[in-house]
Amino acid sequence: MLDLGGTEGPWWFFWLIVVAQGAGALAVLLGAVAYLTYAERRVMASMQLRRGPNVVGPFGLLQPMADGVKLIFKQILIPQAVNVPLFLGAAVLTFFLALAAWAVVPVNAGWVLADLNLGVLYLLAISSFGVYGIILAGWASNSKYPFLGGLRSAAQMVSYEVATGLVLVTVLLQAGSLNLSHIVEAQRGGVGHWFIASLLFPMFIVFFIAGLAETNRHPFDLPEGESELVGGFHTEYSSMPFALFFLGEYANMILVSAFATTLFLGGWLPPLQALAFIPGPLWFAAKVGACLFVFLWARATLPRYRYDQLMRIGWQRLLPFTLVWVVLVAAVGLAQGTLPGG
Amino acid sequence: MPADLFFYPLALGLLGAGTLVIAARNPVYAVLALIVCFLNGAGLLILMGAEFLGFMLLIVYVGAVAVLFLFVVMMLGVDEQRDVRRGFLKPVGFALAMGGLLFAQMGAVAWLWPTVSPGGPSDARAETAASLAQDGGLQALGRTLYTDYALPFQMGGLILLVAMIGAVILTLHARGKTAARRQDPRDQVRVRREDVVQLCSPPSGQGIAP
Repeated sequence: MLDLGGTEGPWWFFWLIVVAQGAGALAVLLGAVAYLTYAERRVMASMQLRRGPNVVGPFGLLQPMADGVKLIFKQILIPQAVNVPLFLGAAVLTFFLALAAWAVVPVNAGWVLADLNLGVLYLLAISSFGVYGIILAGWASNSKYPFLGGLRSAAQMVSYEVATGLVLVTVLLQAGSLNLSHIVEAQRGGVGHWFIASLLFPMFIVFFIAGLAETNRHPFDLPEGESELVGGFHTEYSSMPFALFFLGEYANMILVSAFATTLFLGGWLPPLQALAFIPGPLWFAAKVGACLFVFLWARATLPRYRYDQLMRIGWQRLLPFTLVWVVLVAAVGLAQGTLPGG
Repeated sequence: MPADLFFYPLALGLLGAGTLVIAARNPVYAVLALIVCFLNGAGLLILMGAEFLGFMLLIVYVGAVAVLFLFVVMMLGVDEQRDVRRGFLKPVGFALAMGGLLFAQMGAVAWLWPTVSPGGPSDARAETAASLAQDGGLQALGRTLYTDYALPFQMGGLILLVAMIGAVILTLHARGKTAARRQDPRDQVRVRREDVVQLCSPPSGQGIAP
């Protein structure tokens, strides 16, 4: 909750610090989002033996700026039959939620905007709102293809959230806390103590697959599905409203990677104690970058699933497997007496 | 007082959105107002220190239940969406009775609450307060649900399971076992070239028998 007592100086000083911290975090995040789009094009280009963007600036490094300027100066087209407040609100909501979730992600010991005790639940709550941006965009567009995209996405995100929730249960059974900083601290002691190196390794895979599905990334990008649905839920969007969806999707990718890093890869902790001289945020960034690379790799490699395959993977494969694994992790914890509080 | 600063906007938002849920002409707006209701309610719970309940309200109701409401309402045709308020006042007596019952039950619980806990009134209050201060009510809630009320909790789960099985059976039955179209990925993978490819040169004007 709000702790206004412990701060030195007048009340506005406290608020100023909070706002400055938030603005700083957002600036870093938006920079990362911009260069993730560049990285995606370069990585996929080299995987497909192409060059990718290499003209604007040295190595094409100014390409994201050029894209941003282009999107800002385009005319905003609003089709006649759309529900204007919801049409624009959906784009704003998607972008807002993708940024709001970052308040609880710790990038170093104590480096977190809001050190919530229930940080995991906060992240889960924010990510479960994400579906509204897409479903409302589909409905407010008042057009067939966006509507189909919105419906697909609603079913898809709700389905994969169930598996994600159960994966979180297994992590919590090991860490004994819902505070993200505490979860990272529970993995202290080198790469052998990270949760990915324990019984939870299959859960990391499940979490990553569900993360692909929840961010609507390949091979689960059916809400967009260019070959069937034109542009999916954002068919009718142009210019900045479209850019908000686009940036939101990439910010969500970084968020899922950061979440996976925190839960399974030891957050800001170094893999070996001998490497502890490298500051934590760099380790955090490196691990998030490695996860993001797999996102891009999957997009360059895998074909899109059919919708019934998507549903089968979610409900008939991931969910039962995760459920069994929850029981297994709990049983092993009980036998070894390592369950939190037990 | 920061608490007051947040309480009144949240409470007013809750009441306003609640009114809009039943007053909105467009059912999609009604569901959106319901979501705003949940958000404000969760805000109030978090303000009280019951953070776990607040987040659960968000995850379960906003994240799943309201999505399904929106899903169904969005699929209504334009004619069905035109005015959901027709016949609005018909069941008012029933609604008042149910509302009265609900409030009576809540009042009874609030009145009797300190004595229903097995540890005695002061014990339960102290434990809840300590747990609220420490972890947002997580421990007190878990202990109560899984020890004192384990059986009713399990029965609640079973009732939900029955409802779920009922829904599955309804759809299976309505379509009939043969009418349901299924895709078996194992069959799809096992297909061989001989099963699906036939090379032939059909004579002009005659074609081939299927």
